[in-house]
Amino acid sequence: MRKPFGLKILDGVTLLAFAVAVALVFFYAPLEAQMGAVQKVFYFHVAAGWTGMLGFVVAAVTSALYLITRNPRWDGFSVSGVEIGLVFMLINIVSGSIWAYPTWNTWWTWDVRLTTATIMELIYLAYGLLRQGVDDPERRRRFAAVYALLGFVSVPITFVSIRLFNSIHPVVIGAGGEMPTMAFTPAMQVAFFGSLIAFSFIFVDLFWHRLLLANWAERVDALKARFEDVEGGMK
Amino acid sequence: MNRGRAFGRAVFALVWKDLLAELRSLEVISAMLVFALTVILVFNFALELTPRLRAELSSGVLWVSLAFSGTLGLNRSLGQEKDRGCLDGLLLAPVDRLAIFFGKALANWLFMLLCLVILLPVLSVLYDPRLLQAGVWGVALLGSLGYVVVGTLLASMAVQARTRDVLLPILLFPVLLPALVASVKASSGFLLGLPGNEISPWLIVLIVYDLIFLALALFVFDTILEE
Repeated sequence: MRKPFGLKILDGVTLLAFAVAVALVFFYAPLEAQMGAVQKVFYFHVAAGWTGMLGFVVAAVTSALYLITRNPRWDGFSVSGVEIGLVFMLINIVSGSIWAYPTWNTWWTWDVRLTTATIMELIYLAYGLLRQGVDDPERRRRFAAVYALLGFVSVPITFVSIRLFNSIHPVVIGAGGEMPTMAFTPAMQVAFFGSLIAFSFIFVDLFWHRLLLANWAERVDALKARFEDVEGGMK
Repeated sequence: MNRGRAFGRAVFALVWKDLLAELRSLEVISAMLVFALTVILVFNFALELTPRLRAELSSGVLWVSLAFSGTLGLNRSLGQEKDRGCLDGLLLAPVDRLAIFFGKALANWLFMLLCLVILLPVLSVLYDPRLLQAGVWGVALLGSLGYVVVGTLLASMAVQARTRDVLLPILLFPVLLPALVASVKASSGFLLGLPGNEISPWLIVLIVYDLIFLALALFVFDTILEE
């Protein structure tokens, strides 16, 4: 029940990667000409969005794997993916709001991207409530997997929403056509990818931690069940 | 061929059973209707609608009241199977699990359409006379189909949970939102008399939504009813 050595190393690497990314964003990347300092939010905003989406993708894939193999391990992967995804999507939405206030002159607007991202967040919150509401562990795993698959439809919708509909949200990945896009200097690109890499490390690190937690929770449950059996046997 | 016939007969038997039970008790439809009408009234006062605004908001009011009252019907329809142990009986019956899903979904769709048949004329009197046109009925048909497919699927999970009545709307509405938005946009497009090429994208969204969730339901429904 000790923390694996690999994870300790990963903790260190992640911390280092994050420090480097922060340094790149604040000291290496130049100030954006129009938006000024607030543009720096963008590096963390996109990276958090990427990590959140990654969590939901992992959850959908492992949910499908659970339904096929019925191995409880995949359920642990699924919860971990959803929980990390939820946290990072929240960071993504809040940081976007902070950027939007000086840029769009409002904290919030019902733009398609903002709306679809919020719906996605709500779906995965509902996933958590569904898990809480079902007592039988086997059934909980099954239902959660089904809902994770249904809810996953929201993820590609959120990703492509700004490309399909008229949106004021800038397109970052790929060509945006007539949509608002972002122009990068090479130094900005370095900071951008540095931040993406650092957040990917954070994702893997948190994921590993969360999986360990899931395993330990399962052990505790098993021990409790055994304890109750022994207690019941003594009466 | 034979399996197809057996499947069809099982679905029909289930729908018939639900219709007969509903005919005798009128539990589901009456609850849905009364609730939908209440929601419509609440909207009228909460939003302090002037006649012009009322006409503009009518498609939104229609779909929100329908979506809210629909959860009552879904909870009831799947809940009564669970409560009286009928679900176990259904599962013991030598029919395909998917036939159970289609039977329940079809019955729920019928209930919803019956509700609409009463609700739309009422709403057209109270809100906007233009609501009674073929386009709006078409949207209602497509939108309610998506609603019952997702709704039946999620309700059959929700009724097996400890927090059943609370759970269904929470699970359902976020997943339902694309269909809801598309239905509101499409029907208000018809109300405002927009040209076809401005309405058709929303109709396509609705059809794609219906197809995606029908396909997903085919894949996952088995696993929901497993015991």
